[in-house]
Amino acid sequence: MRTKGHTSVSNDGWDLIVVGGGNAALCAAIVAAESGRKVLILESAPKVYRGGNSRHTRNFRCMHQGPLSVLTDAYEEDEYFDDLMRVTKGVTDEKLARLTIRESEKCLPWMEAHGVRFQPSLSGTLSLSRTNAFFLGGGKALVNAYYNTAEELGVAVVYDAEVRHVHLERDRFTYVDVNIRGQEHRIFGKSAVLASGGFQADLDWLTRAWGPSAANFLIRGTPYNRGIVLRDMLDQQAESVGDPTQCHAVAIDGRAPKFDGGIVTRLDCVPFSIVVNRDGERFYDEGEDVWPKRYAIWGRLVAAQPEQVGYSIIDSKSLDLFMPSVFPPVKADTLEELGEALGISGNELQKTIAEYNAACRPGTFHPTELDGLATEGLEPPKTNWARPIDTPPYYGYTLRPGVTFTYLGLKVDETARVHTISGPLANVWAAGEIMAGSILGQGYLAGFGMTIGTVFGRIAGKEAANHA
Amino acid sequence: MPEDITLNPFSEAIDEARRQVEICNACRYCEGFCSVFPAINRQRAFADGDITQLANLCHNCRGCYYACQYVPPHEFALNLPAALNDVRQQSWERLARPQAIGRLFHERGVALAAALVAGFAVLFALMAVLQPESGEGFYAYLSHGVMVVVFTPAFLFPLFAIGVSLRAYWREIGGAPVRFGHLVNAVRSAGRMRNLDGGQGQGCNFEDGDRFSNRRRVYHQMVLYGFLLAFASTSSGTIMHYGFAMEAPYGFFSLPKMLGVPGGILMCIGTAGLAYMKMSADKHLGSARVWGGEMAFIALLFFVSLSGLMLYMATGTAAVPTLLALHLGAVLAFFLLMPYSKMVHGFFRFAALVREAQQRDGMP
Repeated sequence: MRTKGHTSVSNDGWDLIVVGGGNAALCAAIVAAESGRKVLILESAPKVYRGGNSRHTRNFRCMHQGPLSVLTDAYEEDEYFDDLMRVTKGVTDEKLARLTIRESEKCLPWMEAHGVRFQPSLSGTLSLSRTNAFFLGGGKALVNAYYNTAEELGVAVVYDAEVRHVHLERDRFTYVDVNIRGQEHRIFGKSAVLASGGFQADLDWLTRAWGPSAANFLIRGTPYNRGIVLRDMLDQQAESVGDPTQCHAVAIDGRAPKFDGGIVTRLDCVPFSIVVNRDGERFYDEGEDVWPKRYAIWGRLVAAQPEQVGYSIIDSKSLDLFMPSVFPPVKADTLEELGEALGISGNELQKTIAEYNAACRPGTFHPTELDGLATEGLEPPKTNWARPIDTPPYYGYTLRPGVTFTYLGLKVDETARVHTISGPLANVWAAGEIMAGSILGQGYLAGFGMTIGTVFGRIAGKEAANHA
Repeated sequence: MPEDITLNPFSEAIDEARRQVEICNACRYCEGFCSVFPAINRQRAFADGDITQLANLCHNCRGCYYACQYVPPHEFALNLPAALNDVRQQSWERLARPQAIGRLFHERGVALAAALVAGFAVLFALMAVLQPESGEGFYAYLSHGVMVVVFTPAFLFPLFAIGVSLRAYWREIGGAPVRFGHLVNAVRSAGRMRNLDGGQGQGCNFEDGDRFSNRRRVYHQMVLYGFLLAFASTSSGTIMHYGFAMEAPYGFFSLPKMLGVPGGILMCIGTAGLAYMKMSADKHLGSARVWGGEMAFIALLFFVSLSGLMLYMATGTAAVPTLLALHLGAVLAFFLLMPYSKMVHGFFRFAALVREAQQRDGMP
């Protein structure tokens, strides 16, 4: 059965209802459909925006004991786990984490067999060629491939279908209430997989968790992850994991769209710049470490500044040292003019940079390594790549916090089963961002979200298929 | 250095393509699909000539469109295949000499059809007025001398016009002196239509949304190789005629026929396939303005090859004079329109592939 576009939702006979339409949802649906189950995917986005945040991803972090597909060398369990421990500072569930890591190796061939294509590490990301397998064309191409595979397996897909309520009777799921293109529907199923992401697109929720400053955050991913199902399940006493007040945020171009700006809004200029706040003052060591190891803290740093904004300032010496970004920088011949063009005090900016320039010391500048070219007697210091900003024209980028994902999620066990305070649910499983907080309790590890989604999507699909 | 084409009416399309290319350069997810993205990634700023080169390098496989997070209704509104197609199309029209007729036949299938009818008329008139006293095969209806007098200039003039256009293109994109290795590289790429293989041999996204297939690539190569066989057939006939005094008609087991018949069959199947696929492809991922002209061009190629095959099959029958006029009339129209129809894409694309080989080598 090929289900193009709109599927009429008949109300009976669904073995499995998958809530969500990203990577984890699709993996679950495909696995269950391959076991002969009748599967319905309810995706809250319209078709063109299907796939949740998976649409914006680009790679999959994968354990491997030798060269595997596009991955070079080896990346074994302990190293992978150490990397995870480093970013989470121990806020993880070791059993689930090791399960995810071990399973990732089996996932890659499975992904290829289900239409996903990989390519060697993209230019500018060579540091990931051993650990992360890049999707040819990125995450949306992966999502397209999975939808095509699901379609061939007879999975029914409904777009514009926002699930409002997952109905539980004691420990059993019975039906979902869903709004499909403005119409309320009640759809019954024998089991459910919840894979509808986090709540980062619900600005009110973010504001409750973060305070009013969250109104100035940009959301890097899909506007459809509003956490409706997560909230509904928490209201029904589902057990949660992850700090409810925390989200992962990076510093992105302040001119990015409110939602869905994705990869192109990132800015890699910070280590070669100085960053000032609205008042023209510096507030953190821009050269603390190489950018891949530091960009994740800058969202939080900027979020703590007045009006949640920062300004990264470089001169013409540094313009070609980082990846181009989607918006051209603001450009001026003097620092005063640059400050005014950015909407901050030109005088203050000039003063800050004069102090910084005076603190710079002679030495050899190496853009690609920690060069130790540090300021002296400056607070906060800049400990690497500290070259005077003195060669016009000058350039400035506005920085804002860009939210990638939230940590609060449903607690699951190693079978992806959802638990309430009265015990495990008989026929509800969760996969993807909605449960990722169980494993990634803090921090960020490139490509690990897709690993969690794929591993737990497959587990959830298998469990649901066995149940039906 | 690539030129800046200031103050020209085509700059709007170039500006739009540049806007999109700069977004692509900040993303890079599509790097593995074709040569266009690595070419983008080598640069930071894009002069008009750079955009024209990227546009001619793009084979319109559409992989990047379906993989893109930023297609409309997203506010970045990327549709790179269409943006580059517009620039590419306009570059052919802008660089055509004489420029005055650069646009007509691309846009208007009707104009192309009119040219075809005119080609028929010329041939019928020639055959009526200059009927030879004697001659064998189709030389009984039109003498070899007349054919040479008509078709030699009709073939050489378009080649000259295309040569002039390519020179202007090369100047515009800032091409370097060509080395043999670059040509070999370009022939290899075109020979396999590497830029339509999706990067891993899965093909392109053309006739069935985001699903990949190699159908378009296969049909295109049937036309390309069919055309080259037909061309080789004519060339071999010319050599046999002048070099060895072996005059047409040739039997089936002669070089012209052994090359020409399979060539004609390949072209018939290929053009029919391309036309059929074009019906189900999304117009808006190409240059929608020239859809009709492209269709008419495919139909013309189909007619050229079909009438050629029919002419051969009709050997010795009363249908020969009519078929001969139809076939030669179509060939005449096809030759004369080469610089002003979709046919010119092959020459520009080849030049773009040569330039890409240079730039991959790090040449300025």
